[in-house]
Amino acid sequence: MKTWLKVAAVIILVYVHIAGLLMEVPRLAILNETIRALYFHVPMWFGMVLLYAASVAYSIRYLRTQNPDDDHRSEAFAHTGTAFGLLGVFTGMLWASYTWGSPWHGDPKQNGAAIALLVYLAYFVLRGSVENPEQRARLSAVYNVFAFAAMIPLIFIIPRLTSSMHPGSGGNPGFNAYDLDSRMRLVFYPAVAAWFIVGLWIASLRFRIKKISEKINEQEFA
Amino acid sequence: MKSRLFILLILLLADVVRAQNNVEMADRLREEGKIYVIVLIILIVLGGLFTYLFLLDRKIKRLEDRLK
Repeated sequence: MKTWLKVAAVIILVYVHIAGLLMEVPRLAILNETIRALYFHVPMWFGMVLLYAASVAYSIRYLRTQNPDDDHRSEAFAHTGTAFGLLGVFTGMLWASYTWGSPWHGDPKQNGAAIALLVYLAYFVLRGSVENPEQRARLSAVYNVFAFAAMIPLIFIIPRLTSSMHPGSGGNPGFNAYDLDSRMRLVFYPAVAAWFIVGLWIASLRFRIKKISEKINEQEFA
Repeated sequence: MKSRLFILLILLLADVVRAQNNVEMADRLREEGKIYVIVLIILIVLGGLFTYLFLLDRKIKRLEDRLK
């Protein structure tokens, strides 16, 4: 990954945190000042979905190429994505306890996100339980495709079909003039982009560590 | 009767609009300038965390170079 991209992400995040705390936001009842949580909570979920997408892309590539590097990249993206998702759950619970009245509301969006994370945790269990590296790579690549296919309806479709308090679900507008006005977009979209780049960066570190340990293994056996 | 109901409706609407403008925000925190303390603290944490990440990146780079 290019160094300038990492530096750019850090600079954007400095801007996001200054502007996110200081810039004007819509004055809305119940939400009050917590509307600013949008700048910090939602990018975690966007980051997670984008990282999972990268992960499934490398899984599919692995199934075509059988290149172990693709498998390792896929694992690194899924791992970082899960970290983002956990941060999304915890920040969401904190936000919900002040605006919805309790941290876990059984809201379809919350439940869907929790199930999606469990599906991905099972991916790591599967990886950990297969000894043979080729078998592990193939099985987990196939599983990853199913995990991604389950995650999309759990987070994006089912909450829209039922009633949900979460914006963007069950008749609640997501990106609508009322809850994301043009001023907020100026902070929100850079935040999503910068956190996604940071996610790619952390995943790349994880992949490189894996690569180093593989090389050491080779040298030990040689 | 109808006009009274109309006035009542107007008053009710005015009340709703007023309530929206009087939404409680952290205006005092901003007036006192203490919000800048929070901004600085968050920036220090963010800066420290990313410095750490850059150092980790460099360390991994050195390991890669040694293995080449």
